[in-house]
Amino acid sequence: MSMKELRLMKGNEAFAEAAIRAGADGYFGYPITPQSEVMEYLMAEKPHERTGMIVLQAESEVAAINMVYGGASCGKRVMTSSSSPGMSLKQEGISYIAGAELPCVILNAVRGGPGLGTIQPSQSDYFQSTKGGGHGDYRLIVLAPSSVQEMADFAPLAFDLAFKYRNPVLILSDGAIGQMMEKVELQEQRPRFTEEEIRKNTPWATMGKTPDRERNIITSLNLDSHVQEEHNIHLQAKYREIEKNETRWETIQCDDAEYILVAYGTSARLSQKAVDIARAKGIKLGLLRPITLFPFPTQPIAELANRVKGILSVEMSAGQMVEDVRLAVGDKVKVAHFGRMGGIIPSPPEIVEALESKLIGG
Amino acid sequence: MDTISKEDIRKPENIVYKRTELLTDKVMSYCPGCGHGTAHRIIMEVLEEMGIQDKTIGIAPVGCSVLAYEFMNIDMQQAAHGRAPALATAVKRLNPDKFVFTYQGDGDLAAIGTAETIHACNRGENIVIIFINNGIYGMTGGQMAPTTLEGMKSSTSPYGRDIKSMGNPIKMTELVAQLPGTIYVTRQAVHTPANVRKAKKAVRKAFENQKLNKGLSFVEIVSNCNSGWKMTPNQANQWMVDNMFPFYPLGDIKVNED
Repeated sequence: MSMKELRLMKGNEAFAEAAIRAGADGYFGYPITPQSEVMEYLMAEKPHERTGMIVLQAESEVAAINMVYGGASCGKRVMTSSSSPGMSLKQEGISYIAGAELPCVILNAVRGGPGLGTIQPSQSDYFQSTKGGGHGDYRLIVLAPSSVQEMADFAPLAFDLAFKYRNPVLILSDGAIGQMMEKVELQEQRPRFTEEEIRKNTPWATMGKTPDRERNIITSLNLDSHVQEEHNIHLQAKYREIEKNETRWETIQCDDAEYILVAYGTSARLSQKAVDIARAKGIKLGLLRPITLFPFPTQPIAELANRVKGILSVEMSAGQMVEDVRLAVGDKVKVAHFGRMGGIIPSPPEIVEALESKLIGG
Repeated sequence: MDTISKEDIRKPENIVYKRTELLTDKVMSYCPGCGHGTAHRIIMEVLEEMGIQDKTIGIAPVGCSVLAYEFMNIDMQQAAHGRAPALATAVKRLNPDKFVFTYQGDGDLAAIGTAETIHACNRGENIVIIFINNGIYGMTGGQMAPTTLEGMKSSTSPYGRDIKSMGNPIKMTELVAQLPGTIYVTRQAVHTPANVRKAKKAVRKAFENQKLNKGLSFVEIVSNCNSGWKMTPNQANQWMVDNMFPFYPLGDIKVNED
């Protein structure tokens, strides 16, 4: 009997189902558009009856992320999901989680801001997601799905990376990826961790102090500045290790390309279409799609910059990722930004037009 | 009558009282005269007497007791300011066989953490909340707390708390007693041996409730802050009796035996 299964699902639902199958222990969330399907799906699915997974609607985003902190402190696979305004509220908790080095998975279905903004898809939380977000020097591992399949695939991947590095993992999506329906292949059910596995594999977890070990303390507090600096140095070394091992990206038609688009998530889907349109017009265009936004695929972009004439960063923002593209490229070739804001999704012909006006003609 | 040697006194069968092993040797960071140390001790004694220390997870707040995990020899988590009930909710839901308690001050529980407190109580999480109310922000240097009494001076109410401009002191314990999720709500103190015994009985009852899956037990301990109140320990205790207890009367507020 094959446990793999093909289903037609929304991205948010696929993420929720994949999380159950990834052996998640707990989900804690608060409703906000455009990601409420995650908790709705989980509540309807009654994962407690399937795997013992807990689902709880919290009183606020703040409470939800702190529930994640408590659950993660026990070595459990725990998660939350939200959208931009809610993510701002979660930043305090995420900073504590990063400081205490706890594993967890967070989904942000980005919507246009600032403020209450719009509920339409956007990529304007790139800075918040990749540069820290809350207070203090820290990084999240940031995965950027561009399909419903990746919404499903990234749930177990995110948990695995979170536990490998004892670090929160953010899945940066938006309402388009979350609410469109596509065919998705679901992985088979993984068992949840047993208490024995937790005590063995995550010996730092607060599961009750048994006589054979010292007490475990989960904290991000170091009143001695020298101890805090040592902790900062340790965290930074971990982030360098993550950069070395976990940078993920995809290249499409880059081999003979004279121009390159760099785009992630929804923008990458549109940019792929723009590549086809440009090639039909005789422009040798390729696409580099960052799959991890932290760590950012600096090296492959730098290498492409050695052999193309120009690079266009395509984002649904005022130009945030373009700063990282420019850091990768330096002054080797011209880097331009094209984006729409406020929840507007750019069309593929618009992207080609921007390429022509900003790079080819300009 | 035979004299008893020191060696005899030290024999285990002759020991009538000793410090619980669930307190570490770390010198407490609390000011001399502060009630926190006594509150820590009775909680740890209860865990030890119930034999549940290897199944208990404590949540420390932000405030004077932020370092509670340095003194309590059990697994502990340190929460962001006010968020301890949210952590405890998840810890208990994910580990129904464990014992979970939060230890929070008035600023933590009754100001910045009001939402987490009310909703954990309202959901009836099967946890114990210990609430130390000394009417002041001790750790940050004696600022006005949500529970600071009318007219009481603090560094941010230097002329005394003015109700009209600064609002009323909040009775969180009476407030959470209204919620159907709380099973046992009580207010205690630890300034006299008699009160310590009563407070310990209340803490014991709270953990017994958790053992029986009864719901949320909420134990307020009205305490002093002699440094923040700018008094000697004795003066502070007397001031507490004369001023805090009339507004925050001691005793059980809700005992649901079902």
